[in-house]
Amino acid sequence: MSAMPHAPAMPAHHYLNDNYGIKSWLLTRDHKRIALLYLAGVTFFFFVGGAMAVLIRLELATPAGDLVSDETYNKLFTMHGVMMVFFFLIPAIPSVLGNFLVPIMIGAKDLAFPKLNLASWYIYMIGGLFTLYSLVAGGVDTGWTFYTPFSTVSSNTNVVSTALGVFITGFSSILTGLNFIVTMHKMRAPGMTWFRMPLFLWSTYATSLINVLGTPVIAITVLLVAAERIFHFGFFDPRVGGDPVLFQHLFWFYSHPAVYIMILPAMGVVSELVAAGCRKAIFGYKFVAFASLAIAVLGFLVWGHHMFVAGESVYAAMIFSILSFLVAIPSAVKVFNWTATMYRGSVSWETPMLYAYGFIGLFTIGGLTGLFLAAIAVDVHVTDTYFIIAHFHYIMVGGTIMGYLGGLHYWWPKISGRLYNEALAKLSAGIIFIGFNLTFFPQFILGYLGMPRRYHAYPPDFQVLNVLSSAGASILGVGYLIPMIYLMWSLRYGRSAGANPWGAVGLEWTTTSPPPTENFDVVPQVTWEPYDYPALKEAEHRLV
Amino acid sequence: MPSVNLLFPEAASTIAGRVDTLYFFLLGLTAFFSLLIAGLIVRYAIKYRRRSPNEIGAKLPTNYTLEIAWTVIPLAITMVIFVWGAQIFFAMSRPPDETLNIYVVGKQWMWKFQHLDGQREINELHVPVDRDVKLIATSEDVIHDFFVPAFRVKLDVIPGRYVAIWFRPTKPGRYRIFCAEYCGTRHSGMTGDVIVMDPTDYQTWLSGGATQQTLSEAGQQLFSDLACNTCHRSDLKGRGPVLEGVFGSAVTLQSGEKVVADEAYIRESILNPAAKITAGYQPIMPTFQGQVSEEQLLALVEYVKSLHPPNTGEKAAQ
Repeated sequence: MSAMPHAPAMPAHHYLNDNYGIKSWLLTRDHKRIALLYLAGVTFFFFVGGAMAVLIRLELATPAGDLVSDETYNKLFTMHGVMMVFFFLIPAIPSVLGNFLVPIMIGAKDLAFPKLNLASWYIYMIGGLFTLYSLVAGGVDTGWTFYTPFSTVSSNTNVVSTALGVFITGFSSILTGLNFIVTMHKMRAPGMTWFRMPLFLWSTYATSLINVLGTPVIAITVLLVAAERIFHFGFFDPRVGGDPVLFQHLFWFYSHPAVYIMILPAMGVVSELVAAGCRKAIFGYKFVAFASLAIAVLGFLVWGHHMFVAGESVYAAMIFSILSFLVAIPSAVKVFNWTATMYRGSVSWETPMLYAYGFIGLFTIGGLTGLFLAAIAVDVHVTDTYFIIAHFHYIMVGGTIMGYLGGLHYWWPKISGRLYNEALAKLSAGIIFIGFNLTFFPQFILGYLGMPRRYHAYPPDFQVLNVLSSAGASILGVGYLIPMIYLMWSLRYGRSAGANPWGAVGLEWTTTSPPPTENFDVVPQVTWEPYDYPALKEAEHRLV
Repeated sequence: MPSVNLLFPEAASTIAGRVDTLYFFLLGLTAFFSLLIAGLIVRYAIKYRRRSPNEIGAKLPTNYTLEIAWTVIPLAITMVIFVWGAQIFFAMSRPPDETLNIYVVGKQWMWKFQHLDGQREINELHVPVDRDVKLIATSEDVIHDFFVPAFRVKLDVIPGRYVAIWFRPTKPGRYRIFCAEYCGTRHSGMTGDVIVMDPTDYQTWLSGGATQQTLSEAGQQLFSDLACNTCHRSDLKGRGPVLEGVFGSAVTLQSGEKVVADEAYIRESILNPAAKITAGYQPIMPTFQGQVSEEQLLALVEYVKSLHPPNTGEKAAQ
């Protein structure tokens, strides 16, 4: 934290004390309160998914399948994937941080459709609880990928209700995406041009486009699986002329872009963290902004790289390979620009920036290992092994969760009006970084050795690396629990933060912490470029 | 026990070395860029650390040279990797003309192998060293994946399709087979071994099953048991097309379209005869869906492959 001579007083009126009682939360139309409802939801589903990860890693500590039965193990990794992907990673940053920040960052009072926003949360929770019901009512064992014909003719678990849960939640993504797009087009404050928007908004915009365009495809796909199970239509059944691989095309047509739904918002967060952490404009702002859009567009054209070994023609494989390499370029551009932003910055060592360092480093490794998978010949060897598991956890956990936690720490003083314990926050950031690498780095080696994913038992010579990974997971778990504690603690005991504890620029730091229900007392007039730190300094001088 | 290495897998096929070379190149590249980025972050985080609470960073103009450089250089590097990876993949996907063919059927949760000489194996596959081996695979139920890490080959085995991979083992030994596509409860038990043998050992092993029928002989017997031979006759008097010489030829369909009669075509013609009707014939053949197993289908396919037109005098080479 910047040195504060004395703690500033909490504002008299803000969105948290505007109204009291359970009804004021459950029927709220305030985007900030809805963001907190989402925060409760995604945190709950994160720990449900995390608990399953713990059991998976415990089972894999020994080569024999001895802790749980094979059926249980298969259900565990399925629900881990379903919970984490559909109910944590996809909604986390857009629905929590995006909901809170999009209106404030453009100087608006709320999103364009506040009631729709509340409806999105209810849809999300209904989908999530429905899926959780499938879990407690016996579980599902298809893997989060629901591959046919296993899911349609072979599995005798709760495929239909899980698919329905995913189907329902999709509407929440679509409506939130639509809400953000309309809001950004129509509700920007006077002077807030597109190129004055913070980069978080550019990446949220790109994410929203994918949500609106891609989610209907997964909705139709899981509906087809449910219909095939109930009515035996035969879309995916070769015995009646269907094609099981058709499912993979439909599934990955959404689910590869969904990877970018998960990582783009984190990239946006990191742009904000790096700018504030260096008190400096992002190097190559427009390049970073357009890189988000390029990733969103190219992301729709690479789904076939999931099927290099699934009987795809050699030439189709080559097309998907070259397109997959192309999507690496905008990602590389972002990494180089973030790093270059630090050059001659005023570089902070506070918690949000630590998460940004972690993100850039881990995302770099995650991205570069993506090149192994785009190179078809290497992909043939490592696909469906632990190499894939390691690769996408570097992106999803090392990237998205690092970005999410960094963002949560950075905007926590704004959200809650209070400061958390910086020493504990730094400690847990360090624990997470170490635990993460210990968990997932050995999995790259396991993958190249040939250990297939989704294996309940494995040959004994893979044990050493698996034990390392399980040890890392236990450290990682501790790292995730500590922030729960000190963030909750800060709600009651934290010092009040003041409007701008980081000395950062951006409309959200011009209003009180926590902001008033209508965000700003007067509609802001934007006259400055994004991340204009010299202007902020001048304004401060004038005040003095 | 398969040979064990804790950090790097055994390389036991001709393609493995080529994949590993690209892998090491990519490892080097990853190490270089990861260390570059990490090094810069650490250096800048120390060198430009905030020294006073109100300090701000320098305002720098957009540097187009740098932006273009770090767009174009990664693009060039990735295109090199693309061509390299695609070349090896091309070699993986194109079997040589002369191969030792073995049929594979995956089912929950075992691998069944069918040699042309008649030997049948479950979860063990014997092959000779230094021979090009082609596996033609299908599945009885869900999608499986045939994966031999030591050979760096992997292929989804898909119900309703024949898929093929090939490899050339370079070292005698025992190498693991994994099912790499999740296929249900006992997925992790769907494993086996490839046993690569010296040619003489392999001959000894082969002759161990000498009393059995060859695969095409089994197919021939099935062909008459199922009464296929009442319509598919070699004397042009049958109600069905003559099958001698049909394999590998271009068949003209009623629609005028021409298709090459490969394994998948013969399989489809048995299970779903109405799908592709040969020009000049009536769609009168009944389906055999549900009456013949995937392994019997393979025997029939192999028998049809062995049928050569009588006037050429050719005999099945294998």
